[in-house]
Amino acid sequence: MSTKNWPLWEVFVRSKNGLEHRHFGSLHAADADMALENARDVYTRRNEGVSIWVVESKNITASNPQHNGEMFEPAQDKVYRHPTFYELPDEVKYM
Amino acid sequence: MSEEQIKNLEAQFEARIARDEKIEAKDWMPEKYRKTHIRQMSQHAHSEIVGMLPEGNWITRAPSLRRKVALLAKVQDEAGHGLYLYSACETLGISRDELYEQLHSGKAKYSSIFNYPTVTWADMGAIGWLVDGAAIINQVPLCNTSYGPYARAMVRVCKEESFHQRQGYEIMIKLANGTPEQKEMAQDALNRWWWPSLMMLGPTDAESIHTEQSMKWKLKRKSNDDLRQQFIDQTVPQADLIGLTIPDPDLKWNEEKGSYDFGDIDWDEFWQVVKGHGPCNKERMNARVGAWERGEWVRDAAMAHAEKQQQRKEKQAV
Ligand SMILES: [Fe+2]
Ligand SMILES: [Fe+2]
Repeated sequence: MSTKNWPLWEVFVRSKNGLEHRHFGSLHAADADMALENARDVYTRRNEGVSIWVVESKNITASNPQHNGEMFEPAQDKVYRHPTFYELPDEVKYM
Repeated sequence: MSEEQIKNLEAQFEARIARDEKIEAKDWMPEKYRKTHIRQMSQHAHSEIVGMLPEGNWITRAPSLRRKVALLAKVQDEAGHGLYLYSACETLGISRDELYEQLHSGKAKYSSIFNYPTVTWADMGAIGWLVDGAAIINQVPLCNTSYGPYARAMVRVCKEESFHQRQGYEIMIKLANGTPEQKEMAQDALNRWWWPSLMMLGPTDAESIHTEQSMKWKLKRKSNDDLRQQFIDQTVPQADLIGLTIPDPDLKWNEEKGSYDFGDIDWDEFWQVVKGHGPCNKERMNARVGAWERGEWVRDAAMAHAEKQQQRKEKQAV
């Protein structure tokens, strides 16, 4: 029985230049180089990408959806952050 | 948490799904939802992985380079499908090792169809055409399932499946239009794979235990019998088109229903194979477990190499 399992990596792929890297999924690999190679074979077999990032999953800190209240509510009542909050005379164009 | 609080959370949870909201990995979920998803997703992943074995059997003996690259690419896709699904399943808090252990110990199931042998090249045609065809019918509705990671994995899987079915049907077309021996080979493959393919869509609705809950969670959108009917109605004309005969004397177009009537399925055979008594259950598990065990030193070596590289890097940094 192996003593150590390959760690889990998260895979992010830029599908073409001009677009951001997007989370594609995860995989197991012994190290970053192998994670990149495996990511190529698992997630880009049909030209789905021009650039790949891999990050060991344990290095990601995620917010907890159960605390979404405290986390995201403060933005909800700040209507003045939107352009529609401001009243302008009808004659004003292009603003 | 009190029982009432849990009831409350459960009600909110069900309402979210009913509103077509997706559930993500870190969201609160009922234990039953988590367990059911681990079971279904891992079964699905195991099927992709074991499903490589019957086709892998023919890669070295494909009749032309064109057929060989196509089959190789198809089998590689199946490996990919297994990996998408395993990683989606791991988001529910089960490790890859536990998942493999469940497969290798026989605790987890995989699709029974892969316990049938692939005895001629025509079986590569029949599998792509019928088995991948039935899989697509099963899988397309899952692209909208409630668990986000599963739905996203299924979108990717479904995109890749249509090539699988086409390459299989193309093999059947070629054989059906070939010499009398080739045509006979195609017909023989259809004869052997037809009924197991129908069984692949699951037990009849009357015997299906999980359906109601699964419908609610969008793990299922149509009943097994509806999916089976859909498969039959779309496949029969494809067989007609290439001059092959569906091996069912009771198969008949029903004008009134606008679909085909078909003969009785031998469910005893289905349950026998599920219970481990199919023609290749043992062979498949031996191949799978053997590959895992023989690969152990490679996995260990890769890990040792990675650690050495890491130590070297740290030393240089000092
Ligand atoms: Fe697949
Ligand atoms: Fe497939």
